Amino acid sequence: MTLDAKIPEGPLSEKWSKHKFNLKLVNPANKRKYDIIVVGTGLAGASAAASLAELGYNVKVFCFQDSPRRAHSIAAQGGINAAKNYQNDGDSIYRLFYDTVKGGDYRAREANVHRLAEVSVNIIDQCVAQGVPFAREYGGLLSNRSFGGAQVSRTFYARGQTGQQLLLGAYSALSRQVATGKVKLYTRTEMLDLVLVDGKARGIVTRNMVTGAIESHSAHAVLLCTGGYGNVFFLSTNAMGSNVTATWRAHKKGAYFGNPCFTQIHPTCIPVSGAHQSKLTLMSESLRNDGRVWVPREKEDAEKIRKGTLKANDLSEEKRYYFLEERYPSFGNLVPRDVASRNAKLVCDDQLGVNSEGQAVYLDFRDAIKRDGEDTIRAKYGNLFDMYQQITDENPYKVPMKIYPAVHYTMGGLWVDYNLMTTVPGCYALGEANFSDHGANRLGASALMQGLADGYFVIPYTIGDYLANMPATKVDASHPEFKKAEEEVKQRINTLLSINGQKTVDEYHKELGKIMWDYCGMARNEKGLQFAKQRIAEIKAEFWKNVKVTGNNEEFNQSLEKALRVADFIELGALMVEDALQRKESCGGHFREEYQTEDGEAQRDDNNFAHVAAWEYKGDDQPEVLHQEKLVFENVKLTQRSYK
Amino acid sequence: MKLTLKIWRQKNSQDKGKMVEYKLNDVSADMSFLEMLDVLNEELTLKGEDPVAFDHDCREGICGMCSLYINGKPHGPKQTTTCQLHMRSFNDGDTIYIEPWRAKAFPVVKDLAVDRGAFDRIIQAGGYISVNTGVTVDANEIPIAKEIADKAFDAATCIGCGACVAACKNASAMLFVSAKVSQFTLLPQGKAERKRRVEAMVEQMDEEGFGACTNTGACAAECPKEISLENIARLNREYLFAKLTSNNV
Amino acid sequence: MSTQTIQKKTWYVNLLTSTLGRKFIMAGTGLFLVLFLAVHLIGNLQLLIPDEGKTFNEYAHFMGHNKFIQAISVGNFFFILLHIAYSFALTRYNISARPQQYAYAKTNNSSWTSRNMMILGTLVLIFIVVHLQAFWAKSKFGGLEPISYNGVEHHNLYLATKIAFAEWWIVLLYVVSMIALAFHLSHGVASAFQTLGLNHVKYTPLIKVFGYAFAIIVPFLFALIPVWMFIAQNM
Repeated sequence: MTLDAKIPEGPLSEKWSKHKFNLKLVNPANKRKYDIIVVGTGLAGASAAASLAELGYNVKVFCFQDSPRRAHSIAAQGGINAAKNYQNDGDSIYRLFYDTVKGGDYRAREANVHRLAEVSVNIIDQCVAQGVPFAREYGGLLSNRSFGGAQVSRTFYARGQTGQQLLLGAYSALSRQVATGKVKLYTRTEMLDLVLVDGKARGIVTRNMVTGAIESHSAHAVLLCTGGYGNVFFLSTNAMGSNVTATWRAHKKGAYFGNPCFTQIHPTCIPVSGAHQSKLTLMSESLRNDGRVWVPREKEDAEKIRKGTLKANDLSEEKRYYFLEERYPSFGNLVPRDVASRNAKLVCDDQLGVNSEGQAVYLDFRDAIKRDGEDTIRAKYGNLFDMYQQITDENPYKVPMKIYPAVHYTMGGLWVDYNLMTTVPGCYALGEANFSDHGANRLGASALMQGLADGYFVIPYTIGDYLANMPATKVDASHPEFKKAEEEVKQRINTLLSINGQKTVDEYHKELGKIMWDYCGMARNEKGLQFAKQRIAEIKAEFWKNVKVTGNNEEFNQSLEKALRVADFIELGALMVEDALQRKESCGGHFREEYQTEDGEAQRDDNNFAHVAAWEYKGDDQPEVLHQEKLVFENVKLTQRSYK
Repeated sequence: MKLTLKIWRQKNSQDKGKMVEYKLNDVSADMSFLEMLDVLNEELTLKGEDPVAFDHDCREGICGMCSLYINGKPHGPKQTTTCQLHMRSFNDGDTIYIEPWRAKAFPVVKDLAVDRGAFDRIIQAGGYISVNTGVTVDANEIPIAKEIADKAFDAATCIGCGACVAACKNASAMLFVSAKVSQFTLLPQGKAERKRRVEAMVEQMDEEGFGACTNTGACAAECPKEISLENIARLNREYLFAKLTSNNV
Repeated sequence: MSTQTIQKKTWYVNLLTSTLGRKFIMAGTGLFLVLFLAVHLIGNLQLLIPDEGKTFNEYAHFMGHNKFIQAISVGNFFFILLHIAYSFALTRYNISARPQQYAYAKTNNSSWTSRNMMILGTLVLIFIVVHLQAFWAKSKFGGLEPISYNGVEHHNLYLATKIAFAEWWIVLLYVVSMIALAFHLSHGVASAFQTLGLNHVKYTPLIKVFGYAFAIIVPFLFALIPVWMFIAQNM
């Protein structure tokens, strides 16, 4: 099968409007004859479900949480980009497009990104109409800030809780449709398989997490809006429940997986405090505007600090190594996320780390407080400082913060064409679950934009084109394909419950996560990846022989839920390593140590790797097959990033 | 530190349930409360016992999924969510009581996990502004005074965790309902539906079996997002005004 | 959605039976009773005028024979009964909202008074019954000595009061009841304003001060009367 991205013809800025016109429409009276399944209720899922129901389709929505309002989009802090140019500072759709393609290190599709920039302005209108309380100026108009190193102020925000407010907006639109009966909501229900009939996605198999009932749901199309897979690393800023199962199951049913190795590591997270750690907490990167990043210059000093015999504040100026400022004089502490993260890792690898685990660097506000006064700093970052103190019990006004990078977002995901359809006809992927718009690195405040763009303004158009071409006849959930999938799910559950081994699910998950972090994290190399490949195969084999899952299926069984998810994470981990091995270049979040400039910067290879790697599943224990979608850049010039 | 835990165990909604005692010997002060429970669950699993079921997801204080009534208070001794509570708030040798939210409208699913679907149904009754996707005007055509926008935001920060219900001696959901009603009443976009919204949401709130507000203020004292009692007053007057002036006979 | 019926009952039935509606009744009747207390106190303080009860008896006579006052008094009884009936209904309803209690509950998140209005209210109710039986019933249905001022026959309610407040246990009962009333009011007054939606950054602090002041001053003066009369007779 050749990959056809179905990118419309014509000039970049006209592609989407022309495409919208060319898409087939479903007659309003016929829409009610079509059923659509939406899995996941984050920004992409909730907005898609609400919009499709408004159009007249019958929508079934699934989430594993107890309420759709809890999806992890809620945790996004910073803001949402939109090319409104309200600040008159030279922003435009083209500039947002350009910044996003460049920020993604030229590994995203031009046409998709331009469409994203185009609809970004509609998103803000939509959200304000829904009652999202964005920050405002005294004059009553919307306020913007500059974010993530952007040179224009295009980020709309609601204090540090933008994701929450946007999600609650989409959730309220969804709730409105639940009330009309156009949306049927299934909470505490997890998708465990995708069902294909005659080669088309026609439904899913789910497990009711309270009763354990395995059920089939049929529809004319399935939308996977299930977020990213950062939890493959065990420790990440993702929610505990975030998982890859829905997309991985679709992958095993024929959906290609795009660029799985592209993961984003966020530089300003609270470091790991011990083996008990269950998740990592992100702090807004705006902290780097005033904080200075440093470690001790000498290993001996770092050693004393780790042991607690030396205090950070007692170290004199010349003994401090402001490594970002020294290495990148023009950008200093404000280098992009991947550069900041990688440098923190490098100094910690040199044994200059400053917490007991040796995995932390300082983010020091001493000079900013001296310059601007404590009150100014409190006004800017008060809530972040409070959060830091609550978690670490240290006062960042008095002692420098300790930070360390953490897995934050996955740019990779199911491969989709311009219509957001995966390689399985009728199966779509939206938001973080797809691979599409961020290339090898995502810019700050762009994840919210993409989730809502896909859900509110792309899928309502593109899905019509698919449905208009298929009859409205329904497939019954008792169809043999559904029964077969149900049986497979039950089989998998029974196997997990009957192993009764010696190690818990979490132990395997932590083991996998450590391998992924060490060898497929901030920096990767051939040798390490080969080692990881072998270790993951071992972990997989051992997991299926020695995992211990208590209880039974017919109950609320959180250890079974975890086991099902971790089983899929292990397989995904193997594919990520495979993808990282294959991509013999450094770009964005993917840094191969073999491919760097003399200054230690990422070196792209545009001749050989300006493509999307889309992986096809061929069966258990078969190697996955790589397909390439060549990326064509007609509008932006490929340049090497430099922050010196 | 060493801890004695007294935890509510209940197999399912039909089971009667009881408090069960557990001992933990090696708890670090840096652990979050939920990580302490993770440690307990790992021990139970290895012993082949049923781990304690509890709801949690983001573990950064914003999703509202975690609950737990700890030592007589929702989300424990600090005014925060349970996931942001750390073991340094307890002392070596402490006995900690852990119970689920208790309310007729929040039936226990298992152990410490409850069903908060009632909150979703209240929102479905009217907690939204009726606009379809796409049919909107430019965002800046609706100027909103900063003070009003900030107030609406403060109300909108509710995470729907249910601590207000758990804290209230009447298991009343007024703080939750009032936060949503306030957000939309304050904003110009929400004015068109204000009467219908408040009538419908209160009707649903009563149908779910939440108690009545007696202004004890326990809800606001325990709310991890510090939603103010002012919202409840606003809900009261909005409801009275709507009941007396709407065309809904 | 807009065409959907919101309520299952007629609007006023719905209003009067919803949790919020019941609270409006509690708050509305409560505030009326606050007014009543103030008026009643002004009347009672006349017991302390040293004229052997002339002013007070004339005042009682006026109150008992004025048609307007009589009408108000019927309303007053009605509101008291409504306040009591709704409080019982609400309390029962609120208890049913939490069928299973916590094994361990800490209550330092709210005042004891706010959580125990029912207990305080019941104490006040017991007092009201005793109080009515002792004075109101007698003046209404007979049992008081007659006394004549300017040729017009009056009930000597003052005398009955004086006799009653010579007993230490009656005085004690009054004082204890007034303490219960004070606590009841300390939550009730401001709470009624909150329930009726009257909350504003500027006025709410004043309302709270007024509530506490009323809760202290009014019951104190009420309690002062029996204590004063007891001291005057026994010391």
